[in-house]
Amino acid sequence: MMRMTPSTIELPVTADDYRIARYAAAAIALTVGEAALPSPLPGIKPGLANIIVLVVLARYGWRDAAWVSLLRVVAGSLVIGQFLAPGFFLALAGAVCSLAVLALAQRLPARFFGPVSASVLAAFAHIGGQLLLARVWLVPHDGVFYLLPLFATAALVFGAINGLVAARLLDAPVAAPVEVKDGS
Amino acid sequence: MKSSVPDGLRELLAHAAGAGHAPWRTLLKPGDWLLLLAAGMFVAASYPLLWRGGTADRAIVKRDGQVVTELALNVARKYELTGAIGTSVIEVQPGRARVLSDPGPRQYCVQQGWLTRANAVAICAPNHVTLQLAGRSGQNDAYDTLNY
Repeated sequence: MMRMTPSTIELPVTADDYRIARYAAAAIALTVGEAALPSPLPGIKPGLANIIVLVVLARYGWRDAAWVSLLRVVAGSLVIGQFLAPGFFLALAGAVCSLAVLALAQRLPARFFGPVSASVLAAFAHIGGQLLLARVWLVPHDGVFYLLPLFATAALVFGAINGLVAARLLDAPVAAPVEVKDGS
Repeated sequence: MKSSVPDGLRELLAHAAGAGHAPWRTLLKPGDWLLLLAAGMFVAASYPLLWRGGTADRAIVKRDGQVVTELALNVARKYELTGAIGTSVIEVQPGRARVLSDPGPRQYCVQQGWLTRANAVAICAPNHVTLQLAGRSGQNDAYDTLNY
C-alpha cells in the first residue's frame, strides 16, 4: 500500500534558541511600547530594548546579545510597520555599530567598568552609526551633524539610565520573582 | 473595601521601588564614573558645534570684483553669467555650489568641485569670475577664506 507521507522538516531547537527567543521577545515588546512614546526629534528614543541586550550580553555573551539585538531590529520593525523603511536601516546601522562597540567594551576590566559604561558607549556608537548612515544616504549634506549635540545628550542620558537599569537587573538575585498571591 | 491596591500589585510596586536592593550608586563602578564624566565633557564640547555659523547659506558671484548676484543655497538652480572670455555656469544645490563650466583654458575653478563651507572660494581668473560661499554670521566665521 502506498501512502503519501507529508514530509516534515524538523529543525532542531536548542535551549539556546529558546533563551534567545525569550529575550528577543522582551526586547521587541519594549521596542513596540516605545514606538508609542512621542519623541521631540526623530531618532531620539530611550532605547529601552537595549537594557535587554545589555543583560543578555552580561549573562550569556556577545553572540546571544547580537542575536537578540538584530532580531529586535528586524521583528520590531515588522511589528511597527517600518520594515525596510528608512527608520529600519537607521536602527540597523545603530544596532550594528553598538554591537561592534559592545564587543570591545566587553574587554574592559570588569572590576572598574560595569553595565553603565557598556551602555553609554553603545549609545554613542548607536547615534554615531545612525548619523553616518543619515549623512551618507538620507541627508547628503553636513547639516545633520549640527544635530550631534542633541543626539549626544540623549545618548548620554538614556545610555546611563538604561545601563543603571541593566545593572540593577543583573544585580538582583535571579530567582526572585514577584509572587502574585491569588485570592488574598 | 479596605485597600484600593491589590496585594500582588503592591508587592510588584515595592519590588520596582527597590525593596531589598542595594542603593543605585553602588551599581556604578569607578570606571563608570570616569566614563560618564568623559562622555559629559564630550557632550558639552559638542554644543558649540550646534551654534557655529560655519555653514554656508548663500553663494556670492562676482565679475571683475563686482557682486553680480547672490544665490540662496536652499534651492537647486543654475546661473549663467558672461565674463571676459565667455559664459560661466554656476550650479547651486542645497548646501553647496560649484562652477559647472567655464571657458578658461585650465579649468581650475571647475575642477575644484563643490564648495560647501562658508568663505570657500572658486576663482575663474581668465573669465574674471569668482564664486564664494557666505555663512549666516558675518563676523563669527571660522575662516576668512578657504581654498583647496
